[in-house]
This record gives sequence, structure tokens and C-alpha cells, in this order.
Amino acid sequence: MSELILTRNFHLPGSHTLALYRETGGYAGLEKAFAMKPAEITEEVKKSNLRGLGGAGFPTGVKWGFLPKGHPGPIYLVINADEGEPGTFKDRYLLERDPHALIEGMIISAYAIGAHLGFVYIRGEYVGPWRIFRRAVEEAYQAGFLGKNILGSGFDLDIIIHRGAGAYICGEETGLISSLEGKKGWPKLKPPFPAIRGAFGAPTIVNNVETICHVPHIVRRGAAWFAGLGTKTQGGTRMYSVSGHVARPGVYELPVSVTLRSLIDEHAGGLPNRRRLKAVVPGGSSAAILTAGEIDVTMDVDGLKNAGTMAGSAGVIVMDETVSIPDALMVVARFYAHESCGQCTPCRESTGWIYKMTRRIIEGKGRKEDLDTILDVARRGAGTTICAFFDGAVGPYISYIEKFRAEFEALIPK
Amino acid sequence: MVRLTIDGKEVEVPEGTNVIEAARRLGIEVPYYCYHPGLSIAGQCRLCMVELGNNPRPQIACNTQVTEGMVVRTDTSKVLETRQSIMEFHLINHPLDCPVCDQAGECWLQIYYMKHGLYEPRMVDEKVHKPKAVPLGPHVILDAERCILCSRCVRFCDEITGTGELGIFQRGDHSEIGLFPGKELANPYSANVIDICPVGALTDRDFRFAVRVWYLDTARSICPGCSRGCNIEVHYNLRRPHHNQGRRVARLKPRYHAEVNRWWICDAGRYGYKFVDDPSRLVSPSRGRGDAAVEIGWDEIIPVIAGQLRRYRPEEMGVLASPKMANEDLFLLKRLVDHLGLAHVDFSVPPRHPGDEDNLLIRADKNPNTCGAELVGLGPREGVGHGGARGILRAAREGRIKCLWVFHHDLLASAWPEEEIREALRTLECLIFQGSNANRVSAAAHYVLPSATWVEREGTFTNFEGRVQRFWRAVEPLGASLADWEILGRIGAALGLGPQPVRAEECFKALAAAVPAFAGLSYGELRDTGKVVSA
Repeated sequence: MSELILTRNFHLPGSHTLALYRETGGYAGLEKAFAMKPAEITEEVKKSNLRGLGGAGFPTGVKWGFLPKGHPGPIYLVINADEGEPGTFKDRYLLERDPHALIEGMIISAYAIGAHLGFVYIRGEYVGPWRIFRRAVEEAYQAGFLGKNILGSGFDLDIIIHRGAGAYICGEETGLISSLEGKKGWPKLKPPFPAIRGAFGAPTIVNNVETICHVPHIVRRGAAWFAGLGTKTQGGTRMYSVSGHVARPGVYELPVSVTLRSLIDEHAGGLPNRRRLKAVVPGGSSAAILTAGEIDVTMDVDGLKNAGTMAGSAGVIVMDETVSIPDALMVVARFYAHESCGQCTPCRESTGWIYKMTRRIIEGKGRKEDLDTILDVARRGAGTTICAFFDGAVGPYISYIEKFRAEFEALIPK
Repeated sequence: MVRLTIDGKEVEVPEGTNVIEAARRLGIEVPYYCYHPGLSIAGQCRLCMVELGNNPRPQIACNTQVTEGMVVRTDTSKVLETRQSIMEFHLINHPLDCPVCDQAGECWLQIYYMKHGLYEPRMVDEKVHKPKAVPLGPHVILDAERCILCSRCVRFCDEITGTGELGIFQRGDHSEIGLFPGKELANPYSANVIDICPVGALTDRDFRFAVRVWYLDTARSICPGCSRGCNIEVHYNLRRPHHNQGRRVARLKPRYHAEVNRWWICDAGRYGYKFVDDPSRLVSPSRGRGDAAVEIGWDEIIPVIAGQLRRYRPEEMGVLASPKMANEDLFLLKRLVDHLGLAHVDFSVPPRHPGDEDNLLIRADKNPNTCGAELVGLGPREGVGHGGARGILRAAREGRIKCLWVFHHDLLASAWPEEEIREALRTLECLIFQGSNANRVSAAAHYVLPSATWVEREGTFTNFEGRVQRFWRAVEPLGASLADWEILGRIGAALGLGPQPVRAEECFKALAAAVPAFAGLSYGELRDTGKVVSA
């Protein structure tokens, strides 16, 4: 078993309390961090090969480096806790079982980027995690880890918790910013990118919960240590949410070099009822599907990219032989049609259209040209939209049909 | 300046220009729906995609600012295919109800489908249904199914009027334009959303179903509704006279002028033309008051009027010119006044209720040519001390003025006590009314001279900042009515002032020669955008 970093305390009763967090070495790294220059921390994060764990996999240190140098106004740190990607539930565990890890990560990250106000945008449905995190923030304020002059360092940080209202698109970083600003959660045009002009017009860094939880460990134990845990292009461990037809669904923290086969068979206990594996979605619903024969891949960002899919949010959805792939696609297509924000035309119109075509096929009213129409509409829409939502939907549209075409064709009347 | 290449052609444009506008300079059309040069960039319609340098993915031109050495292609197969796809997306849920849609003929879905679409339709599923024929306010009606969600109307209300009545509600393909709770689209500029709506989603409650747009002809004009002088187009229908209940002017539309009104006009101006085809129009010269009034011809009445003007001594005569008259009219009147040696002359009559005004376009002075009337010199003459228009009316009441020539004014709608006016009109021996529509002054007049309205003639107005702007004739004068300058020219000729001018341009030439502020100006010089004179 490899070393647990983010989830090391998850099994301890009271892991969400300040007392237990401090007992297990929590907040101890703050002094070391404050002794460093902010730029040194950013450099350390760059060298650690930490990559964003919300979905896009963008190198975290590089993102921080996009902030304008010597910016005179406020800079904001925004934590994306709007975990909405179907099949993903790791951030929920972090908020519930180790909320102080996020707070400590935010303090160090905010110090590194020069932010004095951090927002935590929590998914609306996460009522329990929100309560626990809110309590942790109160504790941190009381203990002097938040507020003015933290630990006598002269550094100030306040945290504002903002609850979402249940829209998947608010997990897209600029949709999240719009929502945080009190507007409809519509993604923004880029450029300008949030690091230049983000929340309330100020330079803003948006990072995922899990990403930020890694930062204290990187600062405490060094970039080389963290980088060494992973592959050449991605350091550290990450938390895999495994769901579907496995014996032990749940969150598994493993080095990113773990293979999908090992994750399913060894860690999650394999498939129950002696059923055979049919397909796996390796990175949340937006990732292209893999067949049973394609699971000997490493679960790092580049490993899955090379396999024609993506690491995404590391939500692993396992489907055994009883699953109808057309049914699965209809569920996914319904999700994207329901969650498309409607701002830009290709996504607004084609998600609904593709859902209708998929549903019609399931209902036995498919026409032989429907499958090619879906593929063509998906390909034509890809890359034409404001945000990555539609490109995410294209992953399943194309891969489900291309890899399981016979199953779809069987439903279409001759 | 930034130099870039679009479709192999070089162009130099100011920094900050986007690729759509840079391409426009070269005559290259990049199609778009959501972009509007007067509004913020939304990037929603995705139709303006072009290829930039070696970027494998087409990018939207509206949100791409030019950079030095940029290479843009708007004509590659990738761009054309993307446009075709985007057109298909725009149209899959569109009801395609062109035959009953008022926008047909000026709809950008129709235009761009023919230019950039032309695909075989593949959509066989039930379309999304949304609210239809929803009145949003007094002037605008919404068909949400036709809407392509470009958000121009929302941005107009947010950014131009700052009133924020509209929003986009729901999500995905159920998204729809609508009013925020408790709001009505009733701001003073509301109908501009009809102009900027590229499709048939927002149509004009006043205009819709009145006449098909392809029967309309267009004349350039100036709004006479206030002293701003917004540039407009007059859309008139002569080809299907049985449509629009016989009314010739079908609608007014804003015409872009960078320094006057940009793309907009106010609702008051837009719908303020109804007097043109109104039953109250005066269509024949007439003699005699009230029931005794008899319609007579111009050839008969001109010598009569000339005779009346000769009969009274100059101090027994008054003239109330109108700031609604064009510069050409005012100048001929001024010449006549000077010829007759009249002193009791003014043009300014305060309205009963002060006009509304704002920081966008609307001016409190509801007359198009107050500045022109001042420059031509029809205001109270210095040192005469007649007390302006009110003083002239007092003199009439007291019998000192016996003959009064009123242009256009409904004096009974003025700020002055009605009884004061009635008494003055009653006391006059000779009341001449010249104007386009009947009012309480024309009803009391001994002679009525019917004027053509501004759309029935050409001329110029001078707006509040001294900009002299031309307006052109759209339709023929109704009945026997004539342009004010023409009536004045005939009377002048009868009084021995030389031959009457044949065209408005001649009047303007004479004005330019006589009034220093207008020196050097001509119709040719004014062009489309007008010229500012030093007031």
C-alpha cells in the first residue's frame, strides 16, 4: 500500500476537528511557508508537477504564474468545491473529513499568490459538507489561523463560503465566477483569463479543493518528494472516486501512476457476482469510455490522454456486462442537455438534439442515419463553444457510439 | 495603427479594432448575430468564426482584437463548414414560420441561411416549445420560439438604457428571453430592441402585420420630435396602398450617425409620425371661419393673402413662426417679414408641460429647428420690446395687432392661460393659419394654408448643437398641401419679392448667402452627416 497523504486521517474519529488536525501535524507547515517568499512557494508548486485535479489537469504553479506581477488591487483565491462531474465524490470527502487541510492549503496558496480574500464555492447539494466546512472555518478564525496577521506573520486572509444552487456549469471556473458575482452562472469569454480579469474584475486563481489540499504537503516535504510520487509530467497522488459495478466502491488515494486495471481489480475489489467488465469511464462523465480491453493504462493526465480519453476529475465509473451502453449514453446525453447553460448556440442546441435522437433510438424509433448524425453533430460542435462543457459532452457521444456501435444498431428497426 | 492580413489582403486599422470591423474595412463580410458595435461583446452566436494564423481551431472574430502581423482567413473550407454548422444549430429549434412572421424579408436567419447555410435539414424530432406572442411592453412583442438568444436586447437594456428589464431565463435549449418579475419593457427607448433583434423574436406592435417589408421604400430623414435631430429612415408603402389602412408612412427606423444618435432613436420619435396620414390633415387652402369655411385653390388664395398683408400697417401685423419649420421655410419667411417691415415676430411658444429630457438622446425642446429659427433671426427683435409671442398675443387682445399669421402652433396647448389666447384669436380681424394639421387655431382662422409634412418635402433642420442636417422627401404632399417654403415663395412673388424658388435647394442657397452662420454651406456640402454651424 502506498503512502496516504490527503486521506491519511480519514479513518480517525474527529478527523474534521481542529484538535485532531493539529495533533496529526496540521498547520505546522504554516511557519515554514511564511518564512518563504511567495514566489518561492509558486516555484516549489511548479517543480512539484502538481496538476489541477478538478478536471482540466492544468499545471497549478503555471496557472499561478499567469497573475500580473505587482498588481495594485486585490487578487482573489477561489476554491472550486462545486464537485458536479457525475461519478466524482472526492472533494466531498475532503470537506467532510479533513476541512482544515483545505483551509491550510488556502492560507499557503493565498500567501503565494498575494490574495487576502478566499472564496470557497460549495456545491449546493453538499449541505453536510458545507456545515462541516463552515464549522472548521469558525474554528480556524478562533485559533488565529484566519483573519488578520495570521500567526504573527503579518499576512491576512479571510474566507467567504458561497453555496451554489445546483448547476453543473458553475463548476466551470468562469461560470463559477459569474455565479459568485451574483450573476447567472454563464461562463465568460476568454481572453481575458481569470488570472488577468476574474471575480469582480480582479485577478483570480480558481483551484479545485483537492489541488489546494496538496499544497501544504508540497511546502512541508518539498517539490522533489511530491514529484517523485507520480509520473514524469504529474506529481503526487490523487483521489479516485470509484463507482458502479465494483465490490468496494469508494474513494482511493493512489499515486497517479496506478493503472486502471489495478485500481478496479486490486483496490476496488474487482467486479462482484463474477460478472465480466464491459466498459469504464475513467475520469468523470465527460471522459471518453474505455472498453474492457483498454484498461491497462496509467491514471495520470497524460497516460489517459494518450489512451484517447482523459483523467478529468478521476471519477471512475465501472460498467459490467449487464449495462446497455445506449441506455448509458441516453442518461449522459440527458444530463448534458439538462445542464447546458444555454449561453452559446452550438452547445445549447445540439445537446438537446443529441438527447432527443438518443432517446428515440432507445425507444425503438431510431433511423439508420441517426448514429452518423449524432457523430457529425458532436464533431461539428466540438471546439466552437465558449467553454469546455460541450467538448466534455462530445467525449461520451462519440466514444460510446464508436466503441459500441453494434449495440446501438441493434436497437434501430431495419 | 495595426497592420494585418485578411484573406490575403492587407489592411491597417486602429488598435483595439476587432476582426469583424477590420474585415469590414476591406469589404469582407464576417456574418454574426450577437455582435453589435454599440454593445458589449457576448460571443454567444458563434457565427463569426474565422481562422487565425496557425490556430487549428477557428476563433470568434468579435472577441479577437487585431494584432500586428495577424493573418486572418474568413474563406477557408473549415470556416465555411463551421458557419454552416452554426446556422444549422441556430435553426433546429426555430419554427420556420416565415410566411406568418413579420420579420420575413429582413430576417438575418433567412439572409444567412441563403449565404452560409443551404444544408439539407436533418432535424426530425419535436422542437422545443416556448411562449409566443407575449407583449413585453407598449411597443414590443416577443415570440420566444423564434429567438436565437443573441442577448442583444438584454444588453441594450443593461448597457444603453440602464433599465435592465430583460433577462435570459431557464437553461440549455429551454433558455428564453423574458421580463424580470414586475417589470415591463416600457423605457423611453424600448423599441430599439426591435431594430437590433436580428430575427423575428421581437417585433413592433405598431408595425406588425401592417405591410410586408418588401413593399416598403426608404427615404433618409431627420426626426422632427425634438432638437436632437436623430437621423432616421422613413419606410413608406406606396406599392400596396390597400395595406396599412392606406397610411403611407409605415414606420420610422434609426439611421446611424456617429455624433448625433449612434444606432438609436427614442420611442416618442419613432411613433411620433402619425400626424402625417391622420384625418386631421389640412388638405386644401380655405377661407372663412368655422362653418363658413370654403375650400379654394392656391391661385385664388395667394392674392387674397398678399392683399391682407398689404392692407395692414406693419405695426398692426404679427407673425408667430414655428421652430418646427425647416431652415428653408424660415428663411423665406424672414425675407417676407423684412420686406413688409414687420417687428412683431417670434417663433417660441412654451408648451403647457415642460418636455422630458435625459442624458441619452431626448431633449426637452420638442422642436427640431429652434436653433435654425434663432439663426435665421425670427426671434424677438432687440429693442422692439413687444414681449415676444405672448406680447404679440396681448397686443392682439388689445386690438393693437389686427392681423396675425400663425405657423403650426396650437396656441391653446401653450403654457399661457387659455382664455387669454381665445380672446386674442377672437379679437383679431385677420387670422391666418399655416400648418399641416387642424388644431384650435386653424379652427378660428380666417384663412388656412395647408403645409406639407416633413416627409412630404425636403429641407434642413438645425439641431440644438447647431448641426444642419438634410431630410429628403418620402411621399407626395397630401391633397393640395405644399411645403411651407413653397407657400411663402408664392406669397412673396405676389408681393413683388421676385420669382418664387422652384426647389428647396434654392432657398438654402439664398439662406447660405444671407445668413453668416450658414455661409459656405450647400446641400452638396451637408452630405448625409450634416455640418455644425457656429451658433
